[in-house]
Amino acid sequence: MTMANNTAAQTEMPVFYLKEEHHPETGTMLGFWIYLMSDSLIFGILFATYAVIGQNYAAGPAPTDLFDLELVAINTSMLLFSSITYGFAMLQMEKGSIAGTQLWLAITGLFGAAFVGLELYEFHELWSLGATPMRSGFLSAFYTLVATHGLHVTFGIIWLVTLMIQVAKHGLIPANKRRLMCLSMFWHFLDVIWIGVFSVVYLLGVLG
Amino acid sequence: MSAHSHAHDDHHGDGGAGHGTFNSYMIGFILSVILTAIPFWLVMDGVLDSKIATALWIMGLGVVQIIVHMVYFLHMNTKSEGGWNMLALIFTLVIVAIAIAGSMWVMYHLNTNMMPDMDHDMIKSFG
Repeated sequence: MTMANNTAAQTEMPVFYLKEEHHPETGTMLGFWIYLMSDSLIFGILFATYAVIGQNYAAGPAPTDLFDLELVAINTSMLLFSSITYGFAMLQMEKGSIAGTQLWLAITGLFGAAFVGLELYEFHELWSLGATPMRSGFLSAFYTLVATHGLHVTFGIIWLVTLMIQVAKHGLIPANKRRLMCLSMFWHFLDVIWIGVFSVVYLLGVLG
Repeated sequence: MSAHSHAHDDHHGDGGAGHGTFNSYMIGFILSVILTAIPFWLVMDGVLDSKIATALWIMGLGVVQIIVHMVYFLHMNTKSEGGWNMLALIFTLVIVAIAIAGSMWVMYHLNTNMMPDMDHDMIKSFG
């Protein structure tokens, strides 16, 4: 990324090319947004799959037999808390406080880890009931959709830890700020996907 | 996000995007908590008698919450990145809507026409 703040110098020099004023500064953000949109397509297709075969129980367990909404509510709040704490980390970053950024990033990571931990616990419970992905079309679609989201959160945590090390080593340099902003979008995006998951899979599932 | 590079002279590093304030994050968070709590409450306490009404409330509140997250956490607006963010989002929504609605539509008809108790004469008449 090159800086675009040399407009003053440009007026004295002949310009041989067209300069897009806003482009260099925000290109990464737009590119990352388009990545998130392509990720939305993946989740969109998984939601479509779930919508089509989510009722094929093959005489096996149905959502009402399996899902514990209290656990899902706790899980959802973990992700929601992690969203606001990441927001606080961004505010600290804009203030230029390394310690504040690191603190809120760490809290965000812990909430994220709690989310993944609870999800793995849920999977373990379902598994022990015999509700494995091999049991029915519904369970195949369920595990594919929910675990893909969980895998995203897991990679988000790895990314977050990586960035905490980066910030510790190099401070809040522009490159690290840009990375933190990308992770911010990724993290909030995962929360958006989770809204779809808890609404469609868990709440509508238990509703029957 | 809309007034990048010019209005924010204090931090003109890379990516002048995604600036929320404490207030905007808190508004988004409180709205999200409310919009999450209501559908869980509707299902867990069985507030509404009608399942269809409950389902519509869940979907409606979900859509509203997604918009809240987009605006307050992802700082979306029609002007961010010169409108390209919104354009990419609309394109994605169209594709996802086609994929989900189309899959359900096609598979529903497939299921209907493959019903084992389908009238035999009807099957003949297709062929």
